[in-house]
Amino acid sequence: MPRTIIPFGPQHPVLPEPIHLKLVVEDEIVTEALPQLGYVHRGLEKLTEIRDYNQMIQIVERVCGICSKIHAMCYCQGIEQMMGIEIPERAKYLRVIWSELHRIHSHLLWLGLFADAFGFESVFMQFWRIREKIMDINEATAGNRVIVSVNVVGGTRADLTPEQCSWILTELDKVEAEFKKLQKVMLDDYTVKKRTVGIGVLTREQAYSLGAAGPTLRGSGVAQDMRQLKYAAFDSLDFEPVVETGGDCYSRSKVRFLETLQSIDLVRQAIARLPMGETAVKVKGNPEGEVDMRVEQPRGELFYYLKGNGTKFMERVRIRTPTFANIPPLLAMLPGIELADVPVVVLSIDPCISCTER
Amino acid sequence: MAFMTTNVLKNLVGRYSTRLYPITTRAAFDAYRGELYNEIEKCIFCQNCARKCPSQCISVDKEIGTWVCDPFACVYCGLCVEACPVNCLHMKSAWRHVATGREMIEMQGTPPKPKKKKTEDAAAPAEDAEAKAKKPAKK
Repeated sequence: MPRTIIPFGPQHPVLPEPIHLKLVVEDEIVTEALPQLGYVHRGLEKLTEIRDYNQMIQIVERVCGICSKIHAMCYCQGIEQMMGIEIPERAKYLRVIWSELHRIHSHLLWLGLFADAFGFESVFMQFWRIREKIMDINEATAGNRVIVSVNVVGGTRADLTPEQCSWILTELDKVEAEFKKLQKVMLDDYTVKKRTVGIGVLTREQAYSLGAAGPTLRGSGVAQDMRQLKYAAFDSLDFEPVVETGGDCYSRSKVRFLETLQSIDLVRQAIARLPMGETAVKVKGNPEGEVDMRVEQPRGELFYYLKGNGTKFMERVRIRTPTFANIPPLLAMLPGIELADVPVVVLSIDPCISCTER
Repeated sequence: MAFMTTNVLKNLVGRYSTRLYPITTRAAFDAYRGELYNEIEKCIFCQNCARKCPSQCISVDKEIGTWVCDPFACVYCGLCVEACPVNCLHMKSAWRHVATGREMIEMQGTPPKPKKKKTEDAAAPAEDAEAKAKKPAKK
């Protein structure tokens, strides 16, 4: 059987991110995949030497546009833990509200892109139309659509008025109603199932041993969610991790679909329990010591290692993003599938290469 | 796919979900952080905005009273607006216009007057220098 090596990416019509894969194929069946990274490295971690720890919040937000709020929240929580700051209760709930809004719009974006990858452009547009309402909420409450920059060390910069809270709830009702209409198309349709069920299977053991994170891990049947660590106000909100046992592309898309509904519910809970009070405390001094912090991004576990030396500049900021954890599982999924299914499988882990390279 | 029929008909007959962008635009929300604007008459050229800016897009010259912002480097975080002690910086709640070339927001104001007026008397600077030498140096 002749072996052929097909270069896939870094700029490919179905890939929103610049990842390069060398696919070794034998008669349309992939036998091996070799990744190559390094197209969008920006050296953000090195900027710690010339930007002070408050300015770094704006920089870590730019690691990833889609999870910007959650990056900043993780960084701020790390600095607060290092400096021993207790933030107000209201700020904790506000952080939950904005981070869950971010999860909703990230999942909606991904569901659209995934539909586009298997050739269902109409669903892609339906999902992105719904997503626009969430972007409007971001713009009206935090001042920007994607990179909202509401976090500061010690709390949040913006606040929600009661009118804004009720407006968010009405908008979320509309989003949920429109989103549920697409459930039959995304989860029960024959053509969609034909492209996703049984494709790119990752077993529970593989997912666990290769260190998968987020929906990729939960789609393989492991109930692990970093929100169970009870950071921010998650200790007083009720939720259970969404778990599917199929381990294929369909399971991963179902996990993300159900997590969107879960996040809508979490925003409602957080708004219902939002306490009154201040949104930020004043911070004095500089961070000293080292700390690691983990939060749940839409794509999975996000890890920060922070080291301060008592000056206003951090000594080290190390970021490990979920896509970095999900690349070995992706390489385990690819062998044995047809070449036409490669875009679907690659997108099923929600790759964010600019996250991975920082 | 019969359950999608109503949706299909609505999409065919109903209004567009998108706008003809350059012709019709949506107004930005009140809290939107748009283009940076400095009320230059109020500005005291303290350089707080330039120091707080994470992208270092603002440069202030106290001597000649200029305030320059590079809108292509600005990340629209609004930290400069919060840092301004005299509230002369604002962000317009409007979208930034499309530009065909690189342009800077340059503003010329009146530089602040020096605190101590220079006197023609030659003895005065010498006295000042003596007084400074007696005082312990502040860090």
